[in-house]
Amino acid sequence: MNAPTSSPANLPLEGIRVLDFAQFLAGPYAAMRLADLGADVIKVERPQGGDLCRSLAVADQWLDGDSLLFHSINRNKRSFAANLKDAGDLERVKALIASADVMIHNFRPGVMERIGLGYEVVAALNPKLVYASVTGYGTTGPWRDKPGQDLLAQSLSGITWLQGNASDGPVPVGFALFDIATALNLVQGILAALLRRGRTGAGALLEVDLLSSGMDLQFEQLTCFFNGNRTRPRRTEIANANVYGAAPYGVYATNDGYLAVAMTPLARLADLFELPALGTFEQSDALTRANEIKPLLQSRIAERTTADWLAILEPADVWCAEILDWPALSETEGFAALDMLQTVRNGAGSEATVVQCPIRLDGTRLPSDRGAPALGADTADLLAELGLD
Amino acid sequence: MAQDFQPLNGLLVVDLSQFLAGPYATLRLQDLGARVIKIERPDGGDLTRNLYFSDTVIDGESTVFHAINRGKESLALNLKDPADLARLKALAERADVFVQNFRPGVIERLGLDYATINAINPRTVYCSISGYGPDSPWRDKPGQDLLAQARSGVMWLNGSAGDGPVPFGLAVADMMAGAAAAHGILAALVGRGISGKGAHVETSLLEAMLDLQFEVLATHLNDGGRPPERANFRSAHPALPAPYGVYPTRDGFLAVAMMPIGELADLLDIDALKPFADDQKAWFRQRDRIKEIIAEKFAGETTDHWVSLLEPQGIWVAKVHSWSELLSSEAFRHLEMVQSVRDALGTELSLIRSPVRINGHRGRSSRAAPDIGMDSDAIIAEFGL
Repeated sequence: MNAPTSSPANLPLEGIRVLDFAQFLAGPYAAMRLADLGADVIKVERPQGGDLCRSLAVADQWLDGDSLLFHSINRNKRSFAANLKDAGDLERVKALIASADVMIHNFRPGVMERIGLGYEVVAALNPKLVYASVTGYGTTGPWRDKPGQDLLAQSLSGITWLQGNASDGPVPVGFALFDIATALNLVQGILAALLRRGRTGAGALLEVDLLSSGMDLQFEQLTCFFNGNRTRPRRTEIANANVYGAAPYGVYATNDGYLAVAMTPLARLADLFELPALGTFEQSDALTRANEIKPLLQSRIAERTTADWLAILEPADVWCAEILDWPALSETEGFAALDMLQTVRNGAGSEATVVQCPIRLDGTRLPSDRGAPALGADTADLLAELGLD
Repeated sequence: MAQDFQPLNGLLVVDLSQFLAGPYATLRLQDLGARVIKIERPDGGDLTRNLYFSDTVIDGESTVFHAINRGKESLALNLKDPADLARLKALAERADVFVQNFRPGVIERLGLDYATINAINPRTVYCSISGYGPDSPWRDKPGQDLLAQARSGVMWLNGSAGDGPVPFGLAVADMMAGAAAAHGILAALVGRGISGKGAHVETSLLEAMLDLQFEVLATHLNDGGRPPERANFRSAHPALPAPYGVYPTRDGFLAVAMMPIGELADLLDIDALKPFADDQKAWFRQRDRIKEIIAEKFAGETTDHWVSLLEPQGIWVAKVHSWSELLSSEAFRHLEMVQSVRDALGTELSLIRSPVRINGHRGRSSRAAPDIGMDSDAIIAEFGL
């Protein structure tokens, strides 16, 4: 065995091969994280058009004919083009599967079985394989054929009633939160299964779905709901940030911006904000009378600037923060110290700036400047490796 | 045999973390089969025991504590007492994973930093979770969820243009940091299987929040730093065109995901949409106008009406549920995401289970969260501390 070094060149998943049959977000995001950690990730794509995400643009941004979104989520992967409905291509893919440690797909339930790449078939082909499937709502049950799309899963899960204030309708999270949470659960499951394989030699079938992952995200609030009186939680009239959170927990407008204030005893607030009216409340009122307390705080906080309040609250160790937007955040030293950005370059030489893996290993980041592959860019190399035409 | 699907059987996790991010990471490891020993102060223990959300309290402790510490053991140690510190170091000799989320600098003062633990046991995977990273000028700021959300820019993605910043109604930064920690730990354990060596895995709430925003943030980073603009009307994603959003119906709300406007105009029979049918640029640039036209139509009928009309046509729509509606659905029961656990006093509670199935099984353990130091004697005897 080679002597391990502490350089990031020696990544923990080196030598692990992952086949990414997935499209859109959850599956490809999971595969990208495995690539960040050192795995050799090969996208298996339709020869016509490939991953549908290549043509799904957000904010109308493109790079060399593929959407920027595709580039941000498929960096550091290879691409193998195959038509799974063609017998010859299917045989080639099976040879590729025999060489792999992990495969990920997010077809709707039943599709892989019809193609001939269901778990039973593939496990017979490669018993050491970790076979991972992402669905919207599980593989059984009445919703199995519903589209596994993020906003729709959010809507079905109840989470839209946690954001915003009492008079708002449902407020969804403004990006693909469930896709990402599902991907993170998948990554954990895959890595755990690889660890077991190291001990037992056996592969595994892993299943995650958007709705279960969305329930897990809400575990804190759902636990209160299940073990309380099961009535619908109420958002406060203003400054809601947790349906079960006591005042002051929330975001308040100052006279030039916004201030977040987390858990703080009411007596401390009365003192620091010079708000004697708060003194008439008991600490136990912080939850039950939040709709009386929050407006008092809001009126007072609106009188001064964010900087004024931070100068009073931070030295007193009150848990508070200025609300930043991206332009403001990217100007801060706190952001610079994180070193979270990297530049990736694709085959055509175009560059994009993307966020990198949020983990440091032995004190170093895990960057890779390899961009997303052109469709089928690595087909020939891989066929040669497998000794196929 | 019942344990067969639990892939982390036999791994020992020593968990010094408190609150949410660290305990969420070790909960996941526990769900996957690891044995997790919480190290707690004898007086009061994990601060989350007394962090009350809602007035739902279980045997004197917060529901959140019970939800996130189910199935773990508790060893009560005073880390400022040399004898207890020696016990912890003896336990670290046997630990596969060591997790801590003190503010940067604190663990060094306690004498339990990575270098020390690595010298005791070079195979240990050591994980540190902070608020803003170890070298940050913000290292001493409280690593609290709402505050990390505030600093991360994420509050400008939820809600519509007229709203101020809209925080998540849940501790998303804690959970994402916990998830990053969990998979960093697992990858390091896989690497250890090859190299024989442990590693130091580090993440923070802010790093996890940047990763979470990668999709929209990549757009911002590559188009000259334009800030994200939420739609004025019914926004559900700042960078997506109409009709993406949530619409009121006669009796509730309907979510509508990506779809071509021309197709929607035909199915809903809306003449006013026809001019936009083939003008893809307008779907983004005039999304407020288009969404207002669509909203007017949806308001006229019930949610069920629209779902039963549109879903069979392959249109991506869903009813917007409350929890009660979700819980009464047959689909939810099929997921089997809820389990009963019984705590030391015999109180039974319902908790969310692991969101991962392995070989068809979810982790299931009826063991609840421990009382402070409940397992101290047994652990001290077992490990000869």
